[in-house]
Amino acid sequence: MNSVRVALAQVAPKLGDLDANLDLHVETARAARREKARLVVFPELSLTGYVLRDQVPDVAMTRSSKRFAKLLRASKEIDLLVGFVEETERHKFHNAAAYLSRGEIVHVHRKVYLPTYGMFEEGRDLAAGDLVRAFDASPGPSGILICEDAWHPTCAWLLVQDGAEVLFVMSSGPTRGAKPGRGITSLRVWHDLLCVTAQFQTAFVVYVNRVGYEDGLNFGGGSMAVDPFGRTIASLPALLPGIAIAELSDEVLRRARMSYPLLRDENLELVHRELARVRRERFQVPDPLDSLFLVDPAIDEPKRHPARPPRPRKR
Amino acid sequence: MRRRPRIAPPPASVEPDLSLDPSETGRLLEGFIRSEVLRTGRRRVVVGLSGGIDSALSARLAVGALGRDGVIGILMPYASSSPSSVSDAEALVGHLGILAERCDITPIVKGFLEAAGDPGRHRLGNVMARCRMMVLYDRSMEHDALPIGTSNKTELLLGYGTLHGDLASALNPLGDLYKTQVRALSAALGLPRAILAKPPSADLWPDQTDESDLGFSYDEVDRILALMVDARASIQTIVGMGYARRTVTRVQRLVEKSQFKRCLPVIAKVSTRSIGWDFRYPRDWKS
Repeated sequence: MNSVRVALAQVAPKLGDLDANLDLHVETARAARREKARLVVFPELSLTGYVLRDQVPDVAMTRSSKRFAKLLRASKEIDLLVGFVEETERHKFHNAAAYLSRGEIVHVHRKVYLPTYGMFEEGRDLAAGDLVRAFDASPGPSGILICEDAWHPTCAWLLVQDGAEVLFVMSSGPTRGAKPGRGITSLRVWHDLLCVTAQFQTAFVVYVNRVGYEDGLNFGGGSMAVDPFGRTIASLPALLPGIAIAELSDEVLRRARMSYPLLRDENLELVHRELARVRRERFQVPDPLDSLFLVDPAIDEPKRHPARPPRPRKR
Repeated sequence: MRRRPRIAPPPASVEPDLSLDPSETGRLLEGFIRSEVLRTGRRRVVVGLSGGIDSALSARLAVGALGRDGVIGILMPYASSSPSSVSDAEALVGHLGILAERCDITPIVKGFLEAAGDPGRHRLGNVMARCRMMVLYDRSMEHDALPIGTSNKTELLLGYGTLHGDLASALNPLGDLYKTQVRALSAALGLPRAILAKPPSADLWPDQTDESDLGFSYDEVDRILALMVDARASIQTIVGMGYARRTVTRVQRLVEKSQFKRCLPVIAKVSTRSIGWDFRYPRDWKS
């Protein structure tokens, strides 16, 4: 990986106001650039706000939306990782994140695990993603997890198996109040989860959570970056907006992977074999290796059948 | 002889957790008030001051959020109100350094009685609460302010409040705090001792107290509610912990029967997109 400075942008987006949020992103990216950051990471749904409900289609953007223009221009100076609602060609709406660099959208992650329980109702308004892929970001091979994705250890594990050395976790995490000795309770829980994830995967974890209030929900902030040893290398306080800089160092990654060669020893073949067995037994289906996949889930666009050649006319 | 290993008893599977970090909770609630008020383009709230602890805490949090100039206390005594209600509310106004107005609701209630007849003690209590709501909402227009709520989680869950009366507000910082938590936070924020110490009362008639109205103490009912609502413990589990079955089932019934007070009026669905069911926008829509 490359050693780079990454800015954690703990912002409070305005609910449902794309224009105001686009300006907020551009200004924040400028501030991050002044701090000599190569990349600025925003929270989940940073362009739209979180409690959207029926506003989802109103704020959705396709990858070719003109609304990306401002951000793409900004990405010529500094890479941006932003949260947005993606509308696909088939009019599915995803809680998504886009990595922008040098005037292009380099990668989009669609949130796989949409929390739909308790105070969460994402599954009602949004479609779940079905891809977990690493991609090349400015620090090197990286992966994106959106909030609940990080609570499913398989997502981080898959990304690291796919080559990721940095995991970006973008969140709009509401708190559940504050307890004596623990402060804002969800911050402690996230801290533990992120440190464990970094250690288990021997990868950098860059977590950016939003702040602000929507409909009585309060978003806790507490953004932080953790090195592959599980040590906090940058952090922001609870509830307040701000920017922090994390230095991601290849030397630290190298030492961590030397000291704890967990990735080297991971037995992918065993996992694959046992998973295939569990799947076969649980769902009574044949081994995936035996079946022929005709559909690549990466393709969400309608298949355009080539026009049939005209039949030769009988003379 | 082999010694049997000593086995520690298993910890209780569930405990009522009413603890809170007062400083962080206060910061969180002040941020909530600031955000909810400023996003409407306003800078002020009006709060009905009864001399009790709930309205005192709402006012104190609002001062923390918006400054002293951002809070206007409204005292709305009735002829039968306890003199200490007014003097405690006045002491709070001095303690917080806020502006306050007084509007005696006696003539309003008298006018109602003349026009509509005597409704009896219980209904008169509702009339008084709604007269206060009318004054509070009117003053909020006058001051371009939002009326801030003072109903706590215990009252809301038990339905111990008047619909369109004291339950009415634009924003409520106390609605997720049980009464015992309101007390703890108020003490931590240094509210006047007289307000902290006096028995909770709606003061709708002389010598009325909440706990005699309800038939149980806040300490007890808050623990039961924390188990029932927050920890989702079953009635059997709660009774098994030593709480009287009669009290627990009564609390459960009160919570169930008062659900309507926590909802907007029910709307009959006769279209493709009905308010509440499939017309779903956040309250903070476009703000």
